[in-house]
Amino acid sequence: MNRQNVIDCIYLFAAVTFILALKGLSSPKRARAGTVVGAVGMVAAVGATFFTKVDGHTLQNLPLMIGAMVLGVVVAVPMSRFMKMTSMPQLIAIFNGVGGGAAALVSVAEFLHYDVAYLATYQVLEIVAGVLIGAMSFAGSAVAYLKLQELITGRPITYPGQQIVNGAIFLGALGLVAALVHSPSNVLLWALVGVSVVLGISFVLPIGGADVPVLISLLNSFTGLAVAASGFTLDSNVLIVAGTLVGASGILLTKLMSQAMGRSLPNILFSAFGSAVVADTSGGGEDRPVRAGTPEDIGVALAYARKVIIVPGYGLAVAQAQHTVRELAEQLQAKGVDVFYAIHPVAGRMPGHMNVLLAEANVPYDELKEMDEANAEMSTADVVLVVGANDTVNPAAKTTPGSPIYGMPIINADAAKQVVFLKRSMRPGFAGIENELLYDPKTVLLFGDAKDTLAKLVAAVKAS
Amino acid sequence: MQHGTLAVLAVHAVPASHPILPSLTVFILAIFVGIEVISAVPSLLHTPLMSGSNAIHGVIVVGAMVVLGGATTTAERIIGFLAVLLATLNVVGGFVVTDRMLSMFKTKPAGRPSKDEAGS
Repeated sequence: MNRQNVIDCIYLFAAVTFILALKGLSSPKRARAGTVVGAVGMVAAVGATFFTKVDGHTLQNLPLMIGAMVLGVVVAVPMSRFMKMTSMPQLIAIFNGVGGGAAALVSVAEFLHYDVAYLATYQVLEIVAGVLIGAMSFAGSAVAYLKLQELITGRPITYPGQQIVNGAIFLGALGLVAALVHSPSNVLLWALVGVSVVLGISFVLPIGGADVPVLISLLNSFTGLAVAASGFTLDSNVLIVAGTLVGASGILLTKLMSQAMGRSLPNILFSAFGSAVVADTSGGGEDRPVRAGTPEDIGVALAYARKVIIVPGYGLAVAQAQHTVRELAEQLQAKGVDVFYAIHPVAGRMPGHMNVLLAEANVPYDELKEMDEANAEMSTADVVLVVGANDTVNPAAKTTPGSPIYGMPIINADAAKQVVFLKRSMRPGFAGIENELLYDPKTVLLFGDAKDTLAKLVAAVKAS
Repeated sequence: MQHGTLAVLAVHAVPASHPILPSLTVFILAIFVGIEVISAVPSLLHTPLMSGSNAIHGVIVVGAMVVLGGATTTAERIIGFLAVLLATLNVVGGFVVTDRMLSMFKTKPAGRPSKDEAGS
Protein backbone atom coordinates (compact mmCIF):
# COMPACT_ATOMS: atom_id res chain seq x y z
CA MET A 1 0.00 0.00 0.00
CA ASN A 2 1.28 3.45 -0.73
CA ARG A 3 1.19 6.30 1.71
CA GLN A 4 -2.10 7.79 0.53
CA ASN A 5 -3.90 4.47 0.90
CA VAL A 6 -2.76 4.17 4.50
CA ILE A 7 -3.89 7.70 5.19
CA ASP A 8 -7.26 7.05 3.58
CA CYS A 9 -7.70 3.92 5.68
CA ILE A 10 -7.03 5.99 8.81
CA TYR A 11 -9.65 8.49 7.62
CA LEU A 12 -12.09 5.63 7.16
CA PHE A 13 -11.31 4.46 10.69
CA ALA A 14 -11.93 8.00 11.97
CA ALA A 15 -15.27 8.22 10.17
CA VAL A 16 -16.34 4.95 11.81
CA THR A 17 -15.30 6.20 15.26
CA PHE A 18 -17.45 9.30 14.75
CA ILE A 19 -20.47 7.15 14.01
CA LEU A 20 -19.71 5.04 17.09
CA ALA A 21 -19.32 8.17 19.21
CA LEU A 22 -22.79 9.39 18.26
CA LYS A 23 -24.15 5.88 18.69
CA GLY A 24 -22.62 5.72 22.18
CA LEU A 25 -24.56 8.80 23.18
CA SER A 26 -27.78 6.81 23.17
CA SER A 27 -27.02 5.47 26.64
CA PRO A 28 -25.54 7.25 29.66
CA LYS A 29 -23.33 4.26 30.38
CA ARG A 30 -21.71 4.13 26.96
CA ALA A 31 -21.74 7.84 26.21
CA ARG A 32 -18.37 8.61 27.72
CA ALA A 33 -16.66 5.65 26.11
CA GLY A 34 -18.19 6.75 22.81
CA THR A 35 -16.70 10.20 23.18
CA VAL A 36 -13.29 8.73 23.91
CA VAL A 37 -13.55 6.57 20.79
CA GLY A 38 -14.45 9.67 18.76
CA ALA A 39 -11.52 11.57 20.21
CA VAL A 40 -9.16 8.73 19.32
CA GLY A 41 -10.48 8.81 15.75
CA MET A 42 -9.98 12.56 15.65
CA VAL A 43 -6.38 12.33 16.85
CA ALA A 44 -5.71 9.58 14.30
CA ALA A 45 -7.18 11.71 11.49
CA VAL A 46 -5.12 14.74 12.47
CA GLY A 47 -1.99 12.62 12.84
CA ALA A 48 -2.49 11.05 9.42
CA THR A 49 -3.03 14.45 7.84
CA PHE A 50 0.52 15.47 8.79
CA PHE A 51 1.75 12.85 6.30
CA THR A 52 -0.59 13.77 3.51
CA LYS A 53 0.60 15.42 0.31
CA VAL A 54 -0.97 18.53 -1.17
CA ASP A 55 -0.35 19.22 -4.85
CA GLY A 56 2.38 16.58 -4.76
CA HIS A 57 4.32 18.18 -1.88
CA THR A 58 4.46 17.32 1.77
CA LEU A 59 2.70 19.80 4.06
CA GLN A 60 4.23 23.26 4.08
CA ASN A 61 4.05 25.94 6.76
CA LEU A 62 4.36 23.40 9.56
CA PRO A 63 5.60 25.87 12.21
CA LEU A 64 2.60 28.08 11.47
CA MET A 65 0.28 25.07 11.63
CA ILE A 66 1.62 23.77 14.91
CA GLY A 67 1.58 27.30 16.32
CA ALA A 68 -2.12 27.63 15.44
CA MET A 69 -2.88 24.28 17.05
CA VAL A 70 -0.99 25.03 20.23
CA LEU A 71 -2.69 28.40 20.49
CA GLY A 72 -6.06 26.72 19.96
CA VAL A 73 -5.42 24.15 22.67
CA VAL A 74 -4.11 26.75 25.10
CA VAL A 75 -7.26 28.84 24.67
CA ALA A 76 -9.86 26.07 24.40
CA VAL A 77 -8.89 23.82 27.31
CA PRO A 78 -9.13 26.35 30.16
CA MET A 79 -12.21 27.88 28.58
CA SER A 80 -14.08 24.59 28.46
CA ARG A 81 -12.74 23.36 31.79
CA PHE A 82 -13.55 26.34 33.94
CA MET A 83 -16.70 27.89 32.53
CA LYS A 84 -19.68 27.29 34.76
CA MET A 85 -22.01 24.49 33.76
CA THR A 86 -24.89 26.94 33.53
CA SER A 87 -22.95 28.59 30.71
CA MET A 88 -22.94 25.36 28.74
CA PRO A 89 -25.15 26.67 25.91
CA GLN A 90 -22.81 29.63 25.41
CA LEU A 91 -19.78 27.35 25.24
CA ILE A 92 -21.40 25.16 22.64
CA ALA A 93 -22.37 28.29 20.69
CA ILE A 94 -18.76 29.51 20.66
CA PHE A 95 -17.21 26.20 19.65
CA ASN A 96 -19.86 25.72 17.02
CA GLY A 97 -19.32 29.21 15.63
CA VAL A 98 -15.57 28.81 15.26
CA GLY A 99 -16.13 25.49 13.50
CA GLY A 100 -18.42 27.21 11.01
CA GLY A 101 -15.85 29.95 10.57
CA ALA A 102 -13.12 27.38 9.93
CA ALA A 103 -15.24 25.62 7.32
CA ALA A 104 -15.95 28.91 5.55
CA LEU A 105 -12.24 29.82 5.59
CA VAL A 106 -11.27 26.43 4.18
CA SER A 107 -13.68 26.95 1.30
CA VAL A 108 -12.42 30.51 0.73
CA ALA A 109 -8.81 29.32 0.72
CA GLU A 110 -9.57 26.58 -1.80
CA PHE A 111 -11.19 29.16 -4.06
CA LEU A 112 -8.17 31.43 -3.85
CA HIS A 113 -5.78 28.52 -4.33
CA TYR A 114 -7.07 27.50 -7.74
CA ASP A 115 -7.22 29.47 -10.91
CA VAL A 116 -10.90 30.28 -11.14
CA ALA A 117 -10.83 29.64 -14.87
CA TYR A 118 -10.28 25.93 -14.14
CA LEU A 119 -13.05 25.56 -11.62
CA ALA A 120 -16.03 23.61 -12.89
CA THR A 121 -19.49 24.84 -12.00
CA TYR A 122 -20.05 22.07 -9.48
CA GLN A 123 -16.79 22.97 -7.76
CA VAL A 124 -17.82 26.60 -7.50
CA LEU A 125 -21.13 25.50 -6.02
CA GLU A 126 -19.39 23.31 -3.43
CA ILE A 127 -17.15 26.19 -2.39
CA VAL A 128 -19.99 28.69 -2.33
CA ALA A 129 -22.11 26.36 -0.17
CA GLY A 130 -19.27 26.00 2.33
CA VAL A 131 -18.72 29.76 2.48
CA LEU A 132 -22.38 30.70 2.75
CA ILE A 133 -23.39 28.12 5.36
CA GLY A 134 -20.17 28.32 7.35
CA ALA A 135 -20.11 32.11 7.58
CA MET A 136 -23.81 32.19 8.51
CA SER A 137 -23.20 29.68 11.26
CA PHE A 138 -20.21 31.67 12.51
CA ALA A 139 -22.07 34.98 12.67
CA GLY A 140 -25.29 33.44 13.96
CA SER A 141 -23.47 31.61 16.74
CA ALA A 142 -21.72 34.82 17.74
CA VAL A 143 -25.04 36.62 18.15
CA ALA A 144 -26.49 33.59 19.97
CA TYR A 145 -23.54 33.75 22.36
CA LEU A 146 -24.12 37.46 23.01
CA LYS A 147 -27.78 36.79 23.73
CA LEU A 148 -27.15 33.90 26.11
CA GLN A 149 -24.37 35.72 27.91
CA GLU A 150 -26.82 38.65 28.15
CA LEU A 151 -24.31 41.01 26.59
CA ILE A 152 -27.21 42.03 24.36
CA THR A 153 -30.86 41.68 25.23
CA GLY A 154 -32.27 38.18 25.24
CA ARG A 155 -35.54 39.56 23.93
CA PRO A 156 -36.18 39.27 20.22
CA ILE A 157 -34.78 42.28 18.35
CA THR A 158 -37.32 43.32 15.79
CA TYR A 159 -38.12 46.29 13.60
CA PRO A 160 -40.84 47.01 11.06
CA GLY A 161 -40.31 45.23 7.78
CA GLN A 162 -37.72 42.88 9.25
CA GLN A 163 -38.96 39.83 7.36
CA ILE A 164 -38.74 41.78 4.11
CA VAL A 165 -35.22 42.98 4.85
CA ASN A 166 -34.12 39.46 5.79
CA GLY A 167 -35.72 38.12 2.64
CA ALA A 168 -33.87 40.76 0.62
CA ILE A 169 -30.53 39.81 2.20
CA PHE A 170 -31.21 36.17 1.43
CA LEU A 171 -32.05 36.99 -2.18
CA GLY A 172 -28.89 39.11 -2.34
CA ALA A 173 -26.88 36.09 -1.21
CA LEU A 174 -28.55 33.91 -3.84
CA GLY A 175 -27.82 36.59 -6.44
CA LEU A 176 -24.14 36.53 -5.51
CA VAL A 177 -24.13 32.74 -5.76
CA ALA A 178 -25.59 32.98 -9.26
CA ALA A 179 -23.04 35.64 -10.22
CA LEU A 180 -20.20 33.48 -8.86
CA VAL A 181 -21.33 30.48 -10.86
CA HIS A 182 -21.59 32.64 -13.98
CA SER A 183 -18.23 34.41 -13.60
CA PRO A 184 -16.23 33.44 -10.51
CA SER A 185 -14.01 36.14 -9.04
CA ASN A 186 -12.33 36.85 -5.73
CA VAL A 187 -14.24 40.10 -5.25
CA LEU A 188 -17.59 38.34 -5.59
CA LEU A 189 -16.48 35.64 -3.15
CA TRP A 190 -15.51 38.15 -0.49
CA ALA A 191 -18.82 39.92 -1.07
CA LEU A 192 -20.53 36.59 -0.43
CA VAL A 193 -18.58 36.19 2.81
CA GLY A 194 -19.83 39.63 3.91
CA VAL A 195 -23.44 39.01 2.93
CA SER A 196 -23.42 35.58 4.65
CA VAL A 197 -22.22 37.16 7.88
CA VAL A 198 -24.96 39.80 7.68
CA LEU A 199 -27.50 37.08 6.90
CA GLY A 200 -26.39 35.05 9.91
CA ILE A 201 -26.75 38.06 12.20
CA SER A 202 -30.11 39.21 10.87
CA PHE A 203 -31.44 35.65 10.98
CA VAL A 204 -30.68 35.30 14.68
CA LEU A 205 -31.63 38.78 15.97
CA PRO A 206 -35.41 38.20 16.07
CA ILE A 207 -35.09 34.91 17.98
CA GLY A 208 -35.80 35.18 21.71
CA GLY A 209 -33.41 34.01 24.43
CA ALA A 210 -35.59 31.05 25.41
CA ASP A 211 -35.45 29.72 21.87
CA VAL A 212 -31.72 30.24 21.35
CA PRO A 213 -30.78 26.66 22.36
CA VAL A 214 -32.95 25.30 19.56
CA LEU A 215 -31.22 27.78 17.30
CA ILE A 216 -27.79 26.59 18.42
CA SER A 217 -28.78 23.07 17.55
CA LEU A 218 -29.78 24.28 14.09
CA LEU A 219 -26.53 26.23 13.68
CA ASN A 220 -24.64 23.14 14.82
CA SER A 221 -26.30 21.31 11.99
CA PHE A 222 -25.36 24.17 9.62
CA THR A 223 -21.72 23.89 10.59
CA GLY A 224 -21.89 20.17 9.90
CA LEU A 225 -23.21 20.87 6.42
CA ALA A 226 -20.53 23.51 5.83
CA VAL A 227 -17.90 20.93 6.82
CA ALA A 228 -19.48 18.44 4.43
CA ALA A 229 -19.34 21.08 1.67
CA SER A 230 -15.63 21.59 2.38
CA GLY A 231 -15.30 17.82 2.16
CA PHE A 232 -16.75 17.90 -1.35
CA THR A 233 -14.26 20.60 -2.32
CA LEU A 234 -11.28 18.76 -0.87
CA ASP A 235 -12.54 15.32 -2.00
CA SER A 236 -12.28 14.21 1.60
CA ASN A 237 -14.66 11.46 2.62
CA VAL A 238 -13.97 11.86 6.33
CA LEU A 239 -15.11 15.49 6.16
CA ILE A 240 -18.17 14.53 4.17
CA VAL A 241 -19.13 11.71 6.55
CA ALA A 242 -18.51 13.67 9.76
CA GLY A 243 -20.12 16.86 8.47
CA THR A 244 -23.15 15.06 7.11
CA LEU A 245 -23.62 13.02 10.28
CA VAL A 246 -23.72 16.23 12.27
CA GLY A 247 -25.86 17.99 9.68
CA ALA A 248 -28.48 15.25 9.53
CA SER A 249 -28.55 14.46 13.23
CA GLY A 250 -28.55 18.17 14.10
CA ILE A 251 -31.65 18.81 12.06
CA LEU A 252 -33.40 15.85 13.69
CA LEU A 253 -32.31 17.02 17.15
CA THR A 254 -33.57 20.53 16.38
CA LYS A 255 -36.91 19.06 15.44
CA LEU A 256 -37.07 16.99 18.63
CA MET A 257 -36.26 20.06 20.71
CA SER A 258 -38.92 22.22 19.14
CA GLN A 259 -41.42 19.39 19.59
CA ALA A 260 -40.53 19.29 23.27
CA MET A 261 -41.46 22.96 23.42
CA GLY A 262 -44.72 22.28 21.62
CA ARG A 263 -43.76 24.53 18.73
CA SER A 264 -42.85 24.12 15.13
CA LEU A 265 -39.41 25.06 13.90
CA PRO A 266 -40.65 27.81 11.53
CA ASN A 267 -42.62 29.23 14.44
CA ILE A 268 -39.44 29.43 16.53
CA LEU A 269 -37.35 30.90 13.74
CA PHE A 270 -39.73 33.44 12.29
CA SER A 271 -42.29 34.45 14.90
CA ALA A 272 -40.16 36.63 17.25
CA PHE A 273 -41.79 34.71 20.10
CA GLY A 274 -42.01 36.64 23.35
CA SER A 275 -41.51 40.09 21.82
CA ALA A 276 -45.03 41.26 22.45
CA VAL A 277 -46.07 41.53 26.06
CA VAL A 278 -48.64 38.79 26.28
CA ALA A 279 -51.97 39.99 27.52
CA ASP A 280 -52.91 38.46 30.84
CA THR A 281 -55.73 36.07 30.06
CA SER A 282 -57.04 36.05 33.61
CA GLY A 283 -57.44 39.81 33.83
CA GLY A 284 -55.04 41.67 36.10
CA GLY A 285 -53.86 38.69 38.09
CA GLU A 286 -50.97 40.60 39.68
CA ASP A 287 -53.08 41.77 42.61
CA ARG A 288 -54.69 38.47 43.43
CA PRO A 289 -53.72 36.88 46.72
CA VAL A 290 -51.23 34.04 46.83
CA ARG A 291 -50.48 31.85 49.80
CA ALA A 292 -46.95 32.38 51.08
CA GLY A 293 -45.59 29.73 53.44
CA THR A 294 -42.78 29.58 55.95
CA PRO A 295 -39.81 27.23 55.54
CA GLU A 296 -40.85 25.48 58.77
CA ASP A 297 -44.38 24.66 57.58
CA ILE A 298 -43.14 23.46 54.23
CA GLY A 299 -40.32 21.50 55.84
CA VAL A 300 -42.83 19.58 57.95
CA ALA A 301 -45.09 18.95 54.97
CA LEU A 302 -42.11 17.52 53.07
CA ALA A 303 -40.77 15.44 55.96
CA TYR A 304 -44.11 13.73 56.56
CA ALA A 305 -44.96 13.14 52.93
CA ARG A 306 -44.75 9.69 51.43
CA LYS A 307 -43.81 10.84 47.98
CA VAL A 308 -42.18 14.12 46.94
CA ILE A 309 -41.50 15.07 43.35
CA ILE A 310 -39.00 17.83 42.69
CA VAL A 311 -39.43 19.88 39.51
CA PRO A 312 -36.21 21.82 38.86
CA GLY A 313 -36.04 24.75 36.47
CA TYR A 314 -33.54 27.28 35.25
CA GLY A 315 -33.93 29.33 38.44
CA LEU A 316 -32.32 26.44 40.30
CA ALA A 317 -29.34 26.53 38.00
CA VAL A 318 -28.98 30.30 38.17
CA ALA A 319 -28.94 30.14 41.97
CA GLN A 320 -26.33 27.33 41.78
CA ALA A 321 -28.61 25.38 44.09
CA GLN A 322 -28.10 21.90 42.60
CA HIS A 323 -26.09 20.73 45.58
CA THR A 324 -28.56 22.10 48.08
CA VAL A 325 -31.48 20.43 46.34
CA ARG A 326 -29.62 17.12 46.41
CA GLU A 327 -28.99 17.63 50.11
CA LEU A 328 -32.70 18.21 50.67
CA ALA A 329 -33.55 15.08 48.70
CA GLU A 330 -31.09 13.03 50.75
CA GLN A 331 -32.51 14.38 54.02
CA LEU A 332 -35.97 13.38 52.89
CA GLN A 333 -34.81 9.96 51.72
CA ALA A 334 -33.19 9.44 55.12
CA LYS A 335 -36.64 10.00 56.61
CA GLY A 336 -38.09 7.38 54.31
CA VAL A 337 -39.70 9.74 51.82
CA ASP A 338 -39.84 8.58 48.24
CA VAL A 339 -38.15 11.37 46.27
CA PHE A 340 -37.47 11.79 42.59
CA TYR A 341 -36.93 14.58 40.11
CA ALA A 342 -39.29 15.30 37.23
CA ILE A 343 -37.30 16.69 34.35
CA HIS A 344 -39.11 18.61 31.66
CA PRO A 345 -37.47 18.11 28.24
CA VAL A 346 -36.56 21.80 28.06
CA ALA A 347 -35.85 22.36 31.75
CA GLY A 348 -32.81 24.56 32.09
CA ARG A 349 -31.89 26.08 28.80
CA MET A 350 -31.48 23.07 26.61
CA PRO A 351 -32.90 19.56 26.48
CA GLY A 352 -30.91 17.52 28.92
CA HIS A 353 -29.27 20.61 30.40
CA MET A 354 -30.97 20.06 33.77
CA ASN A 355 -29.81 16.46 33.81
CA VAL A 356 -26.27 17.67 33.39
CA LEU A 357 -26.60 20.27 36.12
CA LEU A 358 -28.04 17.76 38.57
CA ALA A 359 -25.51 15.15 37.58
CA GLU A 360 -22.82 17.72 38.37
CA ALA A 361 -24.22 17.77 41.92
CA ASN A 362 -23.93 13.96 42.02
CA VAL A 363 -27.65 13.33 41.79
CA PRO A 364 -27.87 9.74 40.52
CA TYR A 365 -29.54 9.76 37.13
CA ASP A 366 -31.93 6.96 38.07
CA GLU A 367 -33.64 9.51 40.33
CA LEU A 368 -34.28 11.72 37.29
CA LYS A 369 -37.53 10.83 35.60
CA GLU A 370 -38.61 12.12 32.23
CA MET A 371 -41.82 14.06 31.93
CA ASP A 372 -44.18 11.27 30.86
CA GLU A 373 -42.94 8.89 33.50
CA ALA A 374 -43.22 11.57 36.19
CA ASN A 375 -46.69 12.60 35.08
CA ALA A 376 -47.92 9.05 35.47
CA GLU A 377 -47.00 9.21 39.17
CA MET A 378 -48.02 12.79 39.77
CA SER A 379 -51.45 12.09 41.28
CA THR A 380 -49.85 9.86 43.93
CA ALA A 381 -47.42 12.58 45.02
CA ASP A 382 -48.10 14.30 48.32
CA VAL A 383 -45.96 17.32 47.52
CA VAL A 384 -44.55 18.68 44.30
CA LEU A 385 -41.65 21.01 44.93
CA VAL A 386 -41.17 23.38 42.00
CA VAL A 387 -37.75 25.01 42.22
CA GLY A 388 -37.17 27.91 39.87
CA ALA A 389 -39.46 26.57 37.18
CA ASN A 390 -42.62 28.18 35.90
CA ASP A 391 -43.64 27.73 32.27
CA THR A 392 -42.94 24.00 32.36
CA VAL A 393 -45.68 23.49 34.98
CA ASN A 394 -48.10 26.12 33.69
CA PRO A 395 -51.53 24.52 33.16
CA ALA A 396 -52.32 27.26 30.62
CA ALA A 397 -50.50 24.99 28.16
CA LYS A 398 -53.46 22.61 28.48
CA THR A 399 -56.35 24.89 29.34
CA THR A 400 -55.93 28.21 27.54
CA PRO A 401 -56.07 27.85 23.77
CA GLY A 402 -55.01 31.47 23.21
CA SER A 403 -51.87 31.16 25.29
CA PRO A 404 -48.50 31.23 23.48
CA ILE A 405 -47.47 28.05 25.24
CA TYR A 406 -50.76 26.27 24.46
CA GLY A 407 -49.98 22.75 23.33
CA MET A 408 -46.58 22.58 24.99
CA PRO A 409 -46.30 19.38 27.01
CA ILE A 410 -45.98 20.23 30.70
CA ILE A 411 -45.31 18.52 33.98
CA ASN A 412 -48.73 18.14 35.56
CA ALA A 413 -47.79 19.57 38.95
CA ASP A 414 -51.43 20.58 39.38
CA ALA A 415 -52.35 16.90 39.72
CA ALA A 416 -50.42 16.51 43.00
CA LYS A 417 -52.01 16.93 46.43
CA GLN A 418 -49.92 19.96 47.29
CA VAL A 419 -47.70 22.24 45.25
CA VAL A 420 -44.80 24.24 46.66
CA PHE A 421 -43.16 26.90 44.53
CA LEU A 422 -39.75 28.26 45.39
CA LYS A 423 -39.57 31.52 43.46
CA ARG A 424 -37.58 34.70 43.49
CA SER A 425 -40.63 36.84 42.78
CA MET A 426 -44.02 36.76 41.12
CA ARG A 427 -42.32 37.58 37.84
CA PRO A 428 -43.54 35.30 35.06
CA GLY A 429 -41.16 32.85 33.35
CA PHE A 430 -39.37 33.07 30.01
CA ALA A 431 -42.55 33.01 27.99
CA GLY A 432 -43.89 35.98 29.97
CA ILE A 433 -47.19 34.31 30.81
CA GLU A 434 -49.16 34.35 34.03
CA ASN A 435 -49.29 30.98 35.80
CA GLU A 436 -52.70 30.10 37.23
CA LEU A 437 -51.19 27.38 39.38
CA LEU A 438 -49.59 30.03 41.61
CA TYR A 439 -53.07 31.10 42.75
CA ASP A 440 -54.40 27.60 43.27
CA PRO A 441 -55.61 26.97 46.85
CA LYS A 442 -53.32 23.95 47.20
CA THR A 443 -50.26 25.97 46.23
CA VAL A 444 -47.83 27.44 48.73
CA LEU A 445 -45.12 29.89 47.74
CA LEU A 446 -41.77 30.45 49.34
CA PHE A 447 -40.05 33.55 48.02
CA GLY A 448 -36.33 34.03 47.84
CA ASP A 449 -33.17 32.85 46.16
CA ALA A 450 -33.51 29.12 45.47
CA LYS A 451 -30.28 28.27 47.28
CA ASP A 452 -31.28 30.15 50.46
CA THR A 453 -34.81 28.81 50.59
CA LEU A 454 -33.62 25.26 49.94
CA ALA A 455 -31.05 25.58 52.72
CA LYS A 456 -33.82 26.72 55.07
CA LEU A 457 -35.92 23.75 54.01
CA VAL A 458 -33.01 21.38 54.70
CA ALA A 459 -32.76 22.82 58.21
CA ALA A 460 -36.52 22.59 58.71
CA VAL A 461 -36.62 18.97 57.54
CA LYS A 462 -33.74 18.09 59.86
CA ALA A 463 -35.57 19.71 62.78
CA SER A 464 -38.89 18.01 62.16
CA MET B 1 0.95 -5.90 -5.66
CA GLN B 2 -2.65 -6.45 -6.60
CA HIS B 3 -3.85 -2.91 -6.48
CA GLY B 4 -2.68 -2.46 -10.06
CA THR B 5 -5.23 -4.99 -11.24
CA LEU B 6 -7.89 -3.49 -9.06
CA ALA B 7 -7.22 -0.10 -10.57
CA VAL B 8 -7.60 -1.54 -14.05
CA LEU B 9 -10.84 -3.19 -13.02
CA ALA B 10 -12.06 0.06 -11.54
CA VAL B 11 -11.33 1.89 -14.76
CA HIS B 12 -13.37 -0.65 -16.69
CA ALA B 13 -16.18 -0.85 -14.17
CA VAL B 14 -16.78 2.87 -13.84
CA PRO B 15 -16.55 4.54 -17.19
CA ALA B 16 -16.34 8.33 -17.00
CA SER B 17 -18.83 9.05 -14.23
CA HIS B 18 -19.15 12.62 -13.05
CA PRO B 19 -16.40 13.43 -10.51
CA ILE B 20 -18.93 14.57 -7.92
CA LEU B 21 -20.72 11.19 -7.78
CA PRO B 22 -18.44 9.36 -5.33
CA SER B 23 -18.73 12.25 -2.87
CA LEU B 24 -22.45 12.51 -3.42
CA THR B 25 -22.86 8.80 -2.71
CA VAL B 26 -21.03 9.09 0.59
CA PHE B 27 -23.00 12.24 1.44
CA ILE B 28 -26.41 10.69 0.88
CA LEU B 29 -25.59 7.49 2.73
CA ALA B 30 -24.21 9.51 5.63
CA ILE B 31 -27.51 11.41 5.89
CA PHE B 32 -29.29 8.13 6.57
CA VAL B 33 -26.66 7.00 9.05
CA GLY B 34 -26.89 10.33 10.87
CA ILE B 35 -30.64 10.11 11.25
CA GLU B 36 -30.58 6.42 12.17
CA VAL B 37 -27.91 6.84 14.84
CA ILE B 38 -29.60 9.80 16.50
CA SER B 39 -33.18 8.62 16.64
CA ALA B 40 -32.31 6.34 19.58
CA VAL B 41 -30.94 9.08 21.84
CA PRO B 42 -33.00 9.79 25.01
CA SER B 43 -33.76 13.45 25.77
CA LEU B 44 -31.61 13.06 28.88
CA LEU B 45 -28.62 13.06 26.57
CA HIS B 46 -29.68 15.70 24.05
CA THR B 47 -27.30 18.33 25.37
CA PRO B 48 -24.27 16.01 25.45
CA LEU B 49 -25.29 14.88 21.98
CA MET B 50 -25.32 18.43 20.70
CA SER B 51 -21.94 19.00 22.29
CA GLY B 52 -20.58 15.69 20.99
CA SER B 53 -21.66 16.35 17.42
CA ASN B 54 -20.20 19.83 17.85
CA ALA B 55 -16.86 18.20 18.59
CA ILE B 56 -17.17 15.87 15.61
CA HIS B 57 -17.58 18.64 13.07
CA GLY B 58 -14.28 19.88 14.43
CA VAL B 59 -12.81 17.39 11.96
CA ILE B 60 -12.69 20.43 9.68
CA VAL B 61 -9.25 20.79 11.28
CA VAL B 62 -8.13 18.17 8.76
CA GLY B 63 -9.34 20.38 5.91
CA ALA B 64 -7.74 23.42 7.50
CA MET B 65 -4.40 21.59 7.74
CA VAL B 66 -4.55 20.66 4.07
CA VAL B 67 -5.30 24.27 3.17
CA LEU B 68 -2.50 25.71 5.28
CA GLY B 69 -0.14 22.93 4.21
CA GLY B 70 -0.69 23.83 0.58
CA ALA B 71 -0.73 27.61 1.04
CA THR B 72 1.69 29.45 -1.21
CA THR B 73 0.72 33.11 -0.82
CA THR B 74 0.58 35.29 2.29
CA ALA B 75 -3.18 35.64 2.00
CA GLU B 76 -3.57 31.86 1.89
CA ARG B 77 -1.26 31.46 4.85
CA ILE B 78 -3.26 33.94 6.92
CA ILE B 79 -6.54 32.27 6.02
CA GLY B 80 -5.08 28.83 6.60
CA PHE B 81 -3.65 29.84 9.96
CA LEU B 82 -7.00 31.23 11.10
CA ALA B 83 -8.79 28.12 9.83
CA VAL B 84 -6.47 25.78 11.76
CA LEU B 85 -6.79 27.93 14.87
CA LEU B 86 -10.60 28.09 14.77
CA ALA B 87 -10.91 24.41 13.94
CA THR B 88 -8.60 23.48 16.81
CA LEU B 89 -10.74 25.54 19.18
CA ASN B 90 -13.78 23.70 17.87
CA VAL B 91 -12.40 20.21 18.17
CA VAL B 92 -10.61 20.60 21.50
CA GLY B 93 -13.34 22.65 23.16
CA GLY B 94 -16.01 20.35 21.82
CA PHE B 95 -14.45 17.20 23.19
CA VAL B 96 -13.48 18.69 26.55
CA VAL B 97 -16.96 20.11 27.15
CA THR B 98 -18.63 16.85 26.15
CA ASP B 99 -16.36 14.81 28.36
CA ARG B 100 -16.88 17.19 31.26
CA MET B 101 -20.62 16.89 30.88
CA LEU B 102 -20.61 13.14 30.58
CA SER B 103 -18.24 12.69 33.50
CA MET B 104 -21.10 13.98 35.61
CA PHE B 105 -23.46 11.21 34.64
CA LYS B 106 -22.71 8.75 37.36
CA THR B 107 -25.05 6.25 38.86
CA LYS B 108 -24.65 5.38 42.48
CA PRO B 109 -23.30 1.88 43.12
CA ALA B 110 -26.13 -0.51 43.94
CA GLY B 111 -27.26 -0.34 47.54
CA ARG B 112 -24.95 2.49 48.50
CA PRO B 113 -25.68 6.17 48.85
CA SER B 114 -23.80 8.64 46.69
CA LYS B 115 -22.00 10.18 49.68
CA ASP B 116 -18.72 8.60 48.69
CA GLU B 117 -18.43 10.75 45.59
CA ALA B 118 -15.63 13.24 45.91
CA GLY B 119 -16.52 16.89 46.44
CA SER B 120 -19.93 18.42 46.76
